Amino acid sequence: MDFTFTEDQQLFCDSVKDFLQAEVTPESLRESWESETGRNNELWQQMVELGLTAMLVPEAHGGLGMNELDFTLLAQECGRVALAEPLVETALVVTPLLSALAEKDPRCGTLLEQLAAGEIKVAVGHAANDLVSDAHIADWLLLPSGDQIHLLARDQVNLTAQESVDPSRRLYSVEWQGSDETCLASGAEGVALLAASLNRGALGAAAQIIGLAEAMVAMTVQYTTDRKQFGKAIGTNQALKHHMANCVVKTEFAKAPLYRAAYTLSQLPSHADFAVSHAKVVAGEAALLAAKNCIQAHGAMGYTWECDLHIFMKRAWALDKFWGHAGFHKNRLHQWLMNPNAKIGADKTFGVQV
Amino acid sequence: MDLNYTPEQLAFRQEVRQWLADNVPAEPLKSFDTAEGFEQHREWEKTLAKGNWGMVTWPKEYGGRGCNLIEWLIFEEEYYKAKAPLRVNQNGIFLLGPTLMEFGTDAQKARYLTKMASGEEMWAQGWSEPGAGSDMAAIRSKAIRDGDEYVINGQKVWSTRAVFADWVFCIFRTDPESERHNGLSFIFVPLDAPGVTVRPIPQLDGLPGFAEIFFDDVRVPVENRLGDEGQGWHIAMATAGFERGLMLRSPARFQETAKRLVELYRNHQNDILDLSIEDAVVKSFMNAEAYALSTYQTASRLMKGGKIGAEASLNKIFWSELDQSMHETAMSILASRAELLPHAPAAGDVDNWLDGFLFAQSGPIYAGTNEIQRNIIAERLLGMPRK
Repeated sequence: MDFTFTEDQQLFCDSVKDFLQAEVTPESLRESWESETGRNNELWQQMVELGLTAMLVPEAHGGLGMNELDFTLLAQECGRVALAEPLVETALVVTPLLSALAEKDPRCGTLLEQLAAGEIKVAVGHAANDLVSDAHIADWLLLPSGDQIHLLARDQVNLTAQESVDPSRRLYSVEWQGSDETCLASGAEGVALLAASLNRGALGAAAQIIGLAEAMVAMTVQYTTDRKQFGKAIGTNQALKHHMANCVVKTEFAKAPLYRAAYTLSQLPSHADFAVSHAKVVAGEAALLAAKNCIQAHGAMGYTWECDLHIFMKRAWALDKFWGHAGFHKNRLHQWLMNPNAKIGADKTFGVQV
Repeated sequence: MDLNYTPEQLAFRQEVRQWLADNVPAEPLKSFDTAEGFEQHREWEKTLAKGNWGMVTWPKEYGGRGCNLIEWLIFEEEYYKAKAPLRVNQNGIFLLGPTLMEFGTDAQKARYLTKMASGEEMWAQGWSEPGAGSDMAAIRSKAIRDGDEYVINGQKVWSTRAVFADWVFCIFRTDPESERHNGLSFIFVPLDAPGVTVRPIPQLDGLPGFAEIFFDDVRVPVENRLGDEGQGWHIAMATAGFERGLMLRSPARFQETAKRLVELYRNHQNDILDLSIEDAVVKSFMNAEAYALSTYQTASRLMKGGKIGAEASLNKIFWSELDQSMHETAMSILASRAELLPHAPAAGDVDNWLDGFLFAQSGPIYAGTNEIQRNIIAERLLGMPRK
């Protein structure tokens, strides 16, 4: 029993953190809002070179052969800078899905190799999300239909942009017609792959919103230290201290469930529903509280376009609802708890839970 | 990261489980805030000690088993699962014990730890004073050096278990000219010493769970001081770290409460009208689970040489508010029967939820109020400005 990350995992995370902090800033995000795609292909190619997009791709297909646990700390860092590029979905959802299908369908193996080389981008849809993010820059789309998963090229689909309050998010409704030829998986296999995708997507969203929550608290602590009223820093006021302390309590106690979910997904994915839903719900609650308390501490300044807080706040609001909103995940937890055979209690923390 | 128990840890769990199955009293003991219940609990501590289960993390020479923190968590899980009696000596074993281990001389460790683990000596805590609650640095009670003794005068209050305990560990001002955090010392006083008067204070349940202690020219030998003269504040902060952080409230207690809450909810699911209860039950379970996971994380980190600092304040807020909300939820489910004492003819399945609910009200207050903890988080973890 050892509930810590390895030194290697932490060092890798630190180096990615440094890279992201240098390359992704509120200024660079604001610049990207003005561009047509909202995306920075140069930055994407840098991430490809670092191996980030293919971290979970097996080595046989040109990836790093790592797992969900390895990526979770990085996803937190992506959230901390409010990264707009679809790195988390690519690494955590798209590539594991293609890897699972690569054995039986050579198209998937080819896509993996092209992805790992930075030659293409692939977007992914899921019933949990009405819309597909980053479909406009994708060369290929993985799309669900009932128990089926289809692969379509972008010129085979019709995209309608659906504008988000977060200018960094680019969402699309997708009209498409599948065929036997585009179908990659169906039946029990399709259901299992879609369920796994949902859990990986939710894990990635949860990790990002923890990073977002910490970023919001950090910038608010700085603001309340600099801003003076009644002749002293407003951060000396206990009311604001307690607002910030409450955010830290929620965020810190969302981390262990997040890491447990990542571990379970990497080791025993068929039993990860409970752990993932737990992580997603508590991460969402932490981020929503951080958004609310941080805008309050900023006063009117927090309500402006100019103040960077909204970059993080809007992403947190959006990701809290993506890959399963709180209602969806709480319902999974509730159903699980109502099963009289659910294994709960003090000695069951690390048991297989049902 | 490896979230599997080793074969040795699984075997340890079995050993604990078996011993508890053979030894936990079939009938619940009376409250340790009654004279009779206190002695029953003292006997239980002695039973634990006979099996060397008094404090499993302590070194063998002091009556422990030299277990690591993961094994301690396993022990606690089995302990609460077996519904074993609450630890009447918790002030001793969970707070003073670790403090003695860090600051005590070899002679003090041999003298006090052994009798603590054996159940012979029960401890109370004497820190707060009428004028020094959250502002503990305002302590005024004095221990003035006179040769090889200290002469103690003053008053302590809210001393948990002091009514029936044998000893109290206190903070006194040993330098009468000093102010605030300076000039304080950490001193042990036998509660039967001449000049000590203990006045019981009934708590919400009517039982004397804490007391006022008056010191009137009480003399104790200098050897009763822990650490150096004037080091009292520093030592007390370490004790508070144990209290708020890892030791005092292991997650098992809350996980078992959450389990009972889920069961209570399942049994009453069809007659619950309040729509918020379903959400509260799910949240209670998630938070108890999160506290357990987080504690395993902390234990793993400490075993690799990490330290626990101001983040102990996060724990204290989390477990105390979790306990409060779980009991509030149970009371909502029990609805109009929630106020009934268990022996009332119409009480039905109220079990001991009311007792737990009352006690849960104290959680955000003792061991430093949650408001003080939030100040600590803001100032020491986040670095927000003090003034």
